[in-house]
Amino acid sequence: MKTEGRQTRPVTAANESMPQSFSGNIGLSQKEDLIFEIGTPRRTGVDLPEPKGTQSRLGGMERQGEIGLPGLTEPQTLRHYVRLSQKNYAIDLGVYPLGSCTMKHNPRLNEKVARMPGFADVHPLQPVQTVQGALEVMSELSDWLITMTNMPAVALTPKAGAHGELCGMMAIRARLDADGQTARRRVLVPESAHGTNPATAVQCGFTVDEIPANAKGRVDMDALRAKLSERSDDIAGIMLTNPNTCGLFENDIIEIADLIHKAGGYFYCDGANFNALVGRVRPGDLGVDAMHINLHKTFSTPHGGGGPGSGPTVLSDALKDFAPVPFVVKTQDGFDLIENADGEAAQSFGRMCVFHGNMGMYTRALSYMMSHGADGLKQATEDAVLNANYVQASLSDVMTPAFDGYCMHEALFDDRFLKDTGVETLDFAKAMIDEGYHPMTMYFPLVVHGAMLIEPTESESKGELDRFIGSMRSLAERAKSGDAESFKAAPVHAPMRRLDETQAARKPVLRWTPPEDTAQAAE
Amino acid sequence: MSVKYTEDHEWIKVDGDTGTVGISPYAANALGDVVFVELPEIGLELSKGDEAAVVESVKAASEVYAPVGGQVTEVNAALEDAPETVNASADGGGWFLKIKIADASELGDLMDADAYAEFCKGL
Repeated sequence: MKTEGRQTRPVTAANESMPQSFSGNIGLSQKEDLIFEIGTPRRTGVDLPEPKGTQSRLGGMERQGEIGLPGLTEPQTLRHYVRLSQKNYAIDLGVYPLGSCTMKHNPRLNEKVARMPGFADVHPLQPVQTVQGALEVMSELSDWLITMTNMPAVALTPKAGAHGELCGMMAIRARLDADGQTARRRVLVPESAHGTNPATAVQCGFTVDEIPANAKGRVDMDALRAKLSERSDDIAGIMLTNPNTCGLFENDIIEIADLIHKAGGYFYCDGANFNALVGRVRPGDLGVDAMHINLHKTFSTPHGGGGPGSGPTVLSDALKDFAPVPFVVKTQDGFDLIENADGEAAQSFGRMCVFHGNMGMYTRALSYMMSHGADGLKQATEDAVLNANYVQASLSDVMTPAFDGYCMHEALFDDRFLKDTGVETLDFAKAMIDEGYHPMTMYFPLVVHGAMLIEPTESESKGELDRFIGSMRSLAERAKSGDAESFKAAPVHAPMRRLDETQAARKPVLRWTPPEDTAQAAE
Repeated sequence: MSVKYTEDHEWIKVDGDTGTVGISPYAANALGDVVFVELPEIGLELSKGDEAAVVESVKAASEVYAPVGGQVTEVNAALEDAPETVNASADGGGWFLKIKIADASELGDLMDADAYAEFCKGL
């Protein structure tokens, strides 16, 4: 950065040699109160004449007292939310290395396509003849997903990852029930699984049996074989994430699929990390029976507060007849929707949402796929894996990778490098906020002590990664130099300092009360 | 009365055929500030290794497993309002539940205090 004529030291309230501002603002960063503290029920931003000659038809059920919503003028309202948005951190602001979440860039072309009136202004209850273009998008998206996964069918409707898991496990349950296999109720889940896996299994009436991980962070095959040889006539299936939550490819996945199929169960693959495989590995070739795909991760549709998710679920030949309605079919005259679980969908397990899923995500994801092309999607995968390995390799001498060898799309570190420094993973994460980065995922996966999971994605340039790596190296060296104090105080440059997370969890205050009420209550 | 430990960091204090179960100070410390405890129904029949309770900290949610099989006879309901007791007194006031031990021979698989201390050193 050119420094001539510029302040090189940040002037913040934390810079103690400088006086605090009188306003509480820090330069152009505005202090912002709660909307209830700014507004008053006596004010309104809309000036309308009192309605005349209207008669209430509520029959005495009218509201008697005030409900106490804050009233603000339009400029006050705008400023409030713009100021809050400026305190937020987003993928549009900087590196967002939240492992397992795949915070990749959301291309603006996707947004442009999704806003085209033919997609944005259609209603799910319109006659199908008037929404042929939208149905074609759904059909085309299905074709791309089927091709990429080499699976015969896809259910588009699930609205997020866990909903997709539910779809896949409901299909497995429906298939087992249809075959009269009602004793098959045990689902194997590795201990490093996403927490939603066991939750989904239980929701579908299964019991969960944990498989331990081996020292290489992968499924312990001996433990798996032992479980299956002990008893297999109650096995419904396995739920396995690949690459797993340690960012590692499950090398034994084909054998795992074989073992489960021989035991009479089905293989649910958690596709949350499919962004590490697209163009390189097809789940259909691995023996997968069902897998959800997070369009909001792998295919760049906004998430993390920026938009709804979408979790299309691909299904194998064994499960495809049980797919939920509605789905799109090609006919001689164009496209049609199969809405009911009868006729050709007689075995469908039913409906997962009122309409057709999150249409806006379908257009964005298809726009991403078509603008990248098959070669571009493959390169995005390779760049994501390369970036994660670049981060891991560049930090492995000052931090401690949890496992040996290459990683896939995310780099996992444990807290051995912080041993005896007095600094914990949480403090390290807070210090990253002062460096201008959203912290990585911490304390997950649980199988690694003090875990720090970094997923840079393919979106970051080498220059950006080098700056990030530089900050991480400096922080690691500072921790080892015995300066635990600055870590315990972090963040000092953020709008809010260290929050009392324990107290917030133990005694959550979910409702704002006016100061006078609090004062009265104290009397 | 003897206290025995599991590799999952539960302890069980045995008094006749009743065992009081909690998590070790090592586990409470590793979890960090405990913010929520979910206790089982009284009367629940547990086998050794079954999930008996859930403990949630600012870092993670973990299961507390039954060190031996038996029936739950009493739970420490005070933890629901004061989960911090688990951190303050993991091996005392922070106990989770009492269990009527079905088969005392299952205690034989557990570690005594010295063996457990040695086990924690290796972690």
